[in-house]
Amino acid sequence: MSRLQILATEAEHAVEAGVTGGFWVDTAGIMLVLPLVAFLLILAVGKRMKYHGAEIAIGALAINSLWGTVLFVMNMTEGVLAQKTFEIARIGSDLVFELGWAVDGLSIMMYFLVNVVGLIVFIYAVGYMKDDIRVDWFFAAFSLFAGSMLILVGAPNLIQLIIGWEGVGLASYFLIGFYWEDMANVNAGNKAFMVNKIADVGLILGAIILGLAIGTFDFFDMSTAAFDHSEPLGAVAVVGGALLFFGAMGKSAQFPLHIWLPDAMAGPTPVSALMHAATMVTAGVYLMGRVFPLFEYLASDVRPWMVAIGAITLFAIGLLALVADDIKKVLAYSTVSQLGYMMTAMAAGGYTAGLFHLFTHAFFKALLFLGAGAVIHAVHSNNMSDMGGLRKAMPRTYWTFVVGSLSLAGILPLAGFWSKDEILVALGMEGYTAVMWIGIAGAFVTAFYMTRAVALTFHGDYKGHGHPHEAPAIMTVPLVALAIPSILFGFFNVPGWEIPGIGNFSEWLAVRVVPMGDEHSEAIDLVLAGSGLFAALLGIALGWMVWGKDRATQAERDRFEVPALYPLLRNKYYVDDLADGITAGTMGPVARFVNWVNDYVIDSIVNGAAFLTKSLGSFVYGVVDQRGVDGVVHGLGAGADGAGSALRKLQTGRIQQYAAGFVGGALALIVLFVFVI
Amino acid sequence: MSFADWIGAPVNWVFLVVGFLTLLSALKVVTAKNVVHAALFLVAALGGTAVLFLMLSAEFVAWVVVLVYIGAVLVLFLFGIMITRAPTGKDVGLDSPNKLLPALLSGATFLLLGWASLDAFGSTEIADLGEATSTEVLGLALLGRFVIPFEVVSFILLAALIGGVTIARRDLSPLEEEERGAV
Amino acid sequence: MLLNQFLILAAAMFSLGIYGLLVRRNIVLILLSVELMLAAVNINLIAFEAVLRTSEAIGQVFAVFVITVAAAEVGIGLAIVLMIFRNRKSANVDELDLMRW
Repeated sequence: MSRLQILATEAEHAVEAGVTGGFWVDTAGIMLVLPLVAFLLILAVGKRMKYHGAEIAIGALAINSLWGTVLFVMNMTEGVLAQKTFEIARIGSDLVFELGWAVDGLSIMMYFLVNVVGLIVFIYAVGYMKDDIRVDWFFAAFSLFAGSMLILVGAPNLIQLIIGWEGVGLASYFLIGFYWEDMANVNAGNKAFMVNKIADVGLILGAIILGLAIGTFDFFDMSTAAFDHSEPLGAVAVVGGALLFFGAMGKSAQFPLHIWLPDAMAGPTPVSALMHAATMVTAGVYLMGRVFPLFEYLASDVRPWMVAIGAITLFAIGLLALVADDIKKVLAYSTVSQLGYMMTAMAAGGYTAGLFHLFTHAFFKALLFLGAGAVIHAVHSNNMSDMGGLRKAMPRTYWTFVVGSLSLAGILPLAGFWSKDEILVALGMEGYTAVMWIGIAGAFVTAFYMTRAVALTFHGDYKGHGHPHEAPAIMTVPLVALAIPSILFGFFNVPGWEIPGIGNFSEWLAVRVVPMGDEHSEAIDLVLAGSGLFAALLGIALGWMVWGKDRATQAERDRFEVPALYPLLRNKYYVDDLADGITAGTMGPVARFVNWVNDYVIDSIVNGAAFLTKSLGSFVYGVVDQRGVDGVVHGLGAGADGAGSALRKLQTGRIQQYAAGFVGGALALIVLFVFVI
Repeated sequence: MSFADWIGAPVNWVFLVVGFLTLLSALKVVTAKNVVHAALFLVAALGGTAVLFLMLSAEFVAWVVVLVYIGAVLVLFLFGIMITRAPTGKDVGLDSPNKLLPALLSGATFLLLGWASLDAFGSTEIADLGEATSTEVLGLALLGRFVIPFEVVSFILLAALIGGVTIARRDLSPLEEEERGAV
Repeated sequence: MLLNQFLILAAAMFSLGIYGLLVRRNIVLILLSVELMLAAVNINLIAFEAVLRTSEAIGQVFAVFVITVAAAEVGIGLAIVLMIFRNRKSANVDELDLMRW
C-alpha cells in the first residue's frame, strides 16, 4: 500500500480507494500537457488550417475528455487515490519543489468538468466564432486556459497550483481583451488582471507562510499536518488560511473583489461560459476544498468571516442581476451570487455541498451562457431591450435556456435543486441558521431574476432589428448536450438514496487522506427542501406576474433602467382600478370585497414585493457597488495620480541618476540588514 | 598564515603583479579620455582575469574568456565605437561633470564588499589546487546536471542574435527599396 | 594563496565598474563598465570554486553562463546603441531624456 492509501484507510470516515495506479492514473499527466501542446501548435500552424486551429484544440480536449470520463467512472465505481510527482528543484535541504498530478476524488471531478464542459464549449465556439477575427488566436488562448486550468486542478502542491492559477489569469486577460480594437474591452481586461493580482498577493503570501511552517507545499502533507494539529502549522494557520481565502476571493469574485467579473463579459461568449462561469472562477472554491482540513482543524476562527463574505456575495450581488439590461451581465451577477453560495458552504464546513454546487453549476451556467450567446449571435446585441419574443424564432435555444434557468433557480428535480438544497442543509447543520435563511432568500432572488431574463428575452414582442434565426446545429447540439446533465446530475447526490452500485457524490469526493468535518444528510430534510423550493417557485411566480404574463407591462420593458418608475406607474393604475370598482357600485358588497382583496391586497403585495426587491437591487447597484466599491477604487486611483504629480519631478530621465539611486539604495539596504537588524 | 609566509610563496608574487596590472587596466577603462583606448584597456583587464583563472586552475574558463571576450566581444565593441563615430581623439566631454557622487558610491561599495570578505573568509586558504579542472568534468556538468540551464542559455543567445538583427537593421525608405528592386 | 586576495581584487574591479557606470556619458563606455563588473563576478565564482572544489565544478559552470549571457547582452546592447545613434545622432546617455515627464 502506498503512503497515501495507508493514510486514507487509517482515517475514520474516509472511503477506501480501490484504484491507486494503473494505466489511466499513471498517464493522467497527459491531460495536463495536451492543451498546452495544442496552444503552441495552434500558434504555429493555426492560421493555415481550415478551421483556424479549432481542430487541434477540440482534438486535444476530446482526448482529455476520454481520460476525464474514464477516471470519473473509475472513481464512481471503485474510488481512485494516487499522486505522481517529479522533483524539479530543491531549496536548501528539505524544501522540495515538485510538479506532478494528483488523482483523487476532488481533482477527478474537476478533470471531468473542465474537459467535458470545455469540449462542449469548444465545439460551440466553432460556430460562434465562425466569421470572427483572429479565430486562431482565440483557440490558442482558449487551449492555454484549458491547460493551465488542468495544471491548477491537478496540482499536488501549492506551487503548481499557483503556476496554473497565474496561467488561467493570463488566459483570462488575453480573452477578456480579445476585441482589443475597443478600448473598453482592453480596460476590462486590465481591471480583471489587476483585481486578480491584488488577490494573488494574498495567495502567494499564504502559500509561503504555510509552506515554510511545515516545510512542504504538498497538499496531502499539509492536510495530514492539519489533521494531526501540528504545532508549527497551527501557529500560522489563521493568518495563512485568511491569506489563501483572500486569494480565492479574487479568482472566485467574492465581494468586494467581484467587480472584475461583470466587466469580464467583454470577452467572446464562449469565454464567458467556460472561464467566467463554469471553471476558472470556481478555482477559488476548489482551493478552499483542497486546503479544507486546514480550516476544519486549525483555522476555524476565520470561518465566520468567510461565511459573512460569502453570504453578502450571494445575496447582495444577486440583487444586481435584477437591474442589468445586458443579458451577459445578468448571468455574470448570477454567477457571482452562485459562487457566493459555494464559498459560503465551503466556509461553513459543507465540503460536499460547496463542491457539488460547483459541479452542477458548471453545467447549467455554461448552458445559460451558451444560450445567451446564441441569442446575441441572432440579434447582434447584448441588451435585453433589443430582444423579446425569440421563443418562436429560436425554439431549441429557448427550451434549453429554460431548462438552465429552472435548474439555476432550484426547481425539483433539476440539478440545481439538489445542490442548493445540500448547501442549505449544510448551513443549517453547521449552525449558521441566519445565513441559511439568507440562502433561501437568495434562492427567491435567483428565481426572480432568471424569470425576468427569460421573459424579457424570449417572451413578448421582438424589439430589435432584422429577423433573428435559430443558431446552426453546431451551436444548438452543445446546448442540448449541456441541458441533459443540468437535468440529471442532481441525482448524483440525493440525500438518503444512492444510485445502485456506484454510491453518491459525497463518497466520490470522500476518497481523500483526512476525514473532513463534512456531514452529508442521511435523509432529505423536507421542511428545508420545501422552503427552498417554495422560495424558488415564489420567485418564478412573482417574476412571471411582473414581467411575463401581463401584456400591459410589455410596453414598459425598455424602462427597466429606471426601476422605481415602473412600479409607481403600476400603483397608479391600481388606484384607478379600485376607484372604478367602488364608484361603479354595480357589484354586491361581497363581490366588491373580493374584487378589492384581489386588486388591492394581492396585487399590492405582489407589487410591493417587486418594488422592494428592485429598489434594493438598484440601491445595492447604485450606492454600494457603483459609489461604495468603485468609489474606493477611484479614490485610490486619484491618490496615486496626486502622488504621481508630486513625485514626477524626480523623473529626470537621466539614466545615470537612476543607476546612482539604485546603487545607493542597494548599499543602504545591505548596511541596514547587516549592521542594524 | 603570517605575511612573511604569504609573501614567501612565489605564486603570490605572480598574483601581485597580475592583480596590479589588472586593476590598473580596469582603472584606465573607466578613466581613459579616448574611447578606443578604454576598449583596449578592457582587453588588458580581461587578459588579467584570464591569467587569474589559470592560477585558480580554471583552464577552460580562462580560455573561454580569451576567446569569447577578447576575441569576439571586444571586436564587437570596437565596431560599435567606429559605427557610432565616437571621437577617437581626446575628448573631455566623455565623462559627466559630477564625479563626486559616483566616486563616493563606488568607494562605499568597495568598503562594504571588502569588509564582508574579510569578515567572512578571514584566513580561508586556497590550498592544494592539484590538477586543473579538466574540460571533461566541465563538459559532463554542462550537459548533465546543468543541461536545462545550458539549453536555456543557448536559447537566450539565439534570441539575442535575432533581436540584435531586428533592432539594428535599418528599414529602407520606399525609394531605396525601389532601387534595390531595380538592381 | 588566500581566498581574500581574490575577493578583494574582485571587489575593487566591481567598484571601478560601478564608478564607470555612473560617470561615463557614452553608452559604449557604460557597456564596457558593465563588462568589468561581470568579470569581477566571475573572479569570485572561480575563486570560491577553487576553495570548495565541487565535484561538478559548479562555480566554473556558472562562470561560463555569465560569460554567455554577457555576450548576449553586448550584442543586444550594441544593437540598441546603433539604433539610438541612428535616430538621435548621439551616443550620450544624458541627451536621452525622452522618457522623463
